[in-house]
Formats: sequence, structure tokens, C-alpha cells
Amino acid sequence: MSEPTDVGCGVRRIVHRVAAGDIERGGAASSEVTAELRALGVPAAAARRAGIVAFEGEMNLIVYSTDGGTITVEVTPDAIDLTFEDDGPGIEDVELAMTPGYSTAPEWATDLGFGAGMGLINMRKNSDRFEIDSRPGEGTIVRCRIFRGRS
Amino acid sequence: MKLREIVERLELIVVSDGGDPEARVVGGHCGDLLSHVLASARPGELWITVQRHVNVAAVAQVAGLAGVVLADGVRPDDALVSKASADGVAVYASPAPAFELAGRLHRLLAAEGR
Amino acid sequence: MKLTELAELIDGAILVGQDRADLEIDRAYAADLLSDVLALTDESTTLVTGLINPQVMRVADILNVVAVVFVRGKHPSDAMLDHARRAGIPVVMTSKTMFETCGRMYENGVRPCRNRPMSGAESVGSSTG
Repeated sequence: MSEPTDVGCGVRRIVHRVAAGDIERGGAASSEVTAELRALGVPAAAARRAGIVAFEGEMNLIVYSTDGGTITVEVTPDAIDLTFEDDGPGIEDVELAMTPGYSTAPEWATDLGFGAGMGLINMRKNSDRFEIDSRPGEGTIVRCRIFRGRS
Repeated sequence: MKLREIVERLELIVVSDGGDPEARVVGGHCGDLLSHVLASARPGELWITVQRHVNVAAVAQVAGLAGVVLADGVRPDDALVSKASADGVAVYASPAPAFELAGRLHRLLAAEGR
Repeated sequence: MKLTELAELIDGAILVGQDRADLEIDRAYAADLLSDVLALTDESTTLVTGLINPQVMRVADILNVVAVVFVRGKHPSDAMLDHARRAGIPVVMTSKTMFETCGRMYENGVRPCRNRPMSGAESVGSSTG
């Protein structure tokens, strides 16, 4: 939860750390991200889409990552880039993971109503650009770009 | 109001023909948390939900509900359709959101003086 | 209808937003599943829910929801109410059921808000995404 840093060329970067298993805090980082984006003057529709992407990404880190991970938000004049990174466990079959309703959520998560199997799909749906890179045993990176101007 | 009439008035799509179309629907129940529905829904109520998996049929049966309406254009799981048919549970669908279905059903029942 | 009228209609209490008496409540969406709430369309909507986990308020904030109505006598935590205050989202609580609450709201002119059809699931009836 840091102050936006100016990384030059009009890019502002904010990094949020998300702990594995911390469902109580679920959504805390993404609601902060949304507030930060609004404060930076991002149009409401784009901020909302980014917030939804951030929420799904955050919940994925909480529910699935071995050791937590980070959400990096980079804001440029044209777009918002969200990067979700963790060190494990990695996704065995990304295509399968992107199938609606497919979920590997543990019981403690589904008991609380999470793990409906739509997270990655919702991230892609709300992004203008979407990329996922995962290696079992190593980790996962999800990159989403939301253009500021489009609603 | 009879189930049959409500199905007609709300323009519900029949997913599984079951239950008793002549039975009087005593009320409505909205909810997607199955354990809660089991605990609080009353026999004879028509259940409005977006849950689409097989357990919906079991809950409807155990709770003695008039039937289930899948809202928001949600399409039932094949397993739900099979189980509902096998067990004689009435399942319907509608493109309308739950809020609207609840509103319209509420109005129909209120007009009847329930 | 106005926020205060809504509270009265459903025998509810305004937990946050007593100073927003004149807030217009014109559309509503009922949901018990977080995944459902996340798919709300971009309209000014009041969320009606029985979910009281902390994520609900955070999601309501992200989605710019107009107000939140908790049904079934579910009392949100102090932390949730604090978040609602900070985010400027009025909160009403009622002990009425979801069905009764939606029923009364609808019959008094609150219109439905359309959800986005769930990705991947074929929709029944017509839908324009």
C-alpha cells in the first residue's frame, strides 16, 4: 500500500502486496486500487473495470498462491496496466483454467462462496489486453491493460 | 394463484415439467445460498435463484417448494435438468433478473390476497 | 423513491447515510453471490443482498453502487460500515426477506437493473450483452 511513484514518462506506479489465504482482507487491495485510480483522474468506467480486474486477480492470489503475490498498477495517460505476480504453484493447464466454471478452489474458499470458476474469464472480459504466463512449480504472471478512454 | 397461472403470467420457460401445476403457490423465496434456502424457505413457495447446479433440485424437493425459477437468463446444468425430471421437480427459467421476478410474483400474489 | 422512503417501505434502518435522505433509489439488483454482484452493469444501482462478508462492501465500492440494502436482518460489521462511510455508500438494513424486500421495492417503482449474461453460459431468452 504505497504512494504512487513517478517512474518517469508520465507513468505512475503503485504496488500492493497480497497475502495467501487472507480472505478476510479479500478485496481490500482492489478497492484501494480503485480509489487510487479515481484520485488520479481516471474516468469512472475505466476505474471500475480496473477495479473488477484487480478484485479477481487479488482473490486469485489469496485463494491459489503458495506465498501471496503482488499487484502492480501502472497508470499512463492512455491506459492502466495491472500485473499480478506470484511464485507458485503455477497453473498446470491454462486453457482449462480459462474455462467457465472450472475451479480448483479449496474447500475453505468455496465454503465462503468463492471459486465459482469465473475469475480469469472476468479479468479477460474487463480488459482490453490480457496475457497470462504460468509455469507449474514456478509461478504465474497475469497482465491486463485497460484503456482509459473507452467505457 | 396456481403454479400454472404464474408460469403463464410471468412467461416462464419450462425447463423441467414437474411439481403440481394446479397447486397454489403460497409465496416466493429469493436466495442463492442453498443452506439458507433449506433453513428458511416454506413449503409451497416458488424459489427464484441464479444457482444452476444439481443440488437446486434436491433443495427444492426437501423443502417442498412449488418449483424453481432460474433468473437472469441462467441456463441450468444438464445434471440439474436430469435430476429435476427424474424427481418431478418443476424448474423454469427466465431472462428477467431476480429482482424483477420477485417484484412481479409479489404483485401477482398480493393481488390475489394470497 | 428517496432513501428515507425506501427505509420506511421495508421497515428498515439507515445505518449509513442518514444525511443522504433525498438520494434517489431508482434501480436495484438482488444478489447473494459475489460473482453475480461483480457482473453488475454500469448503471446507477442499489444492491440488495443477504451477504455480509467484508468483500461485499469492497466490491460495492469498486462498482460505484448507489446504496446497499442488507436483508434477512443481516447486520454488517463495524468495519464494513466504516468502509461504506468512507466510500460514501448509504446502507440500509431490514429484517424482511429478500423476496419481500424486492417485492415492495418493485411495486413502488424501483426498476430492475440488468446483469451481464454470465460468460460462457448460454443464456435462456434474449440478451444483449
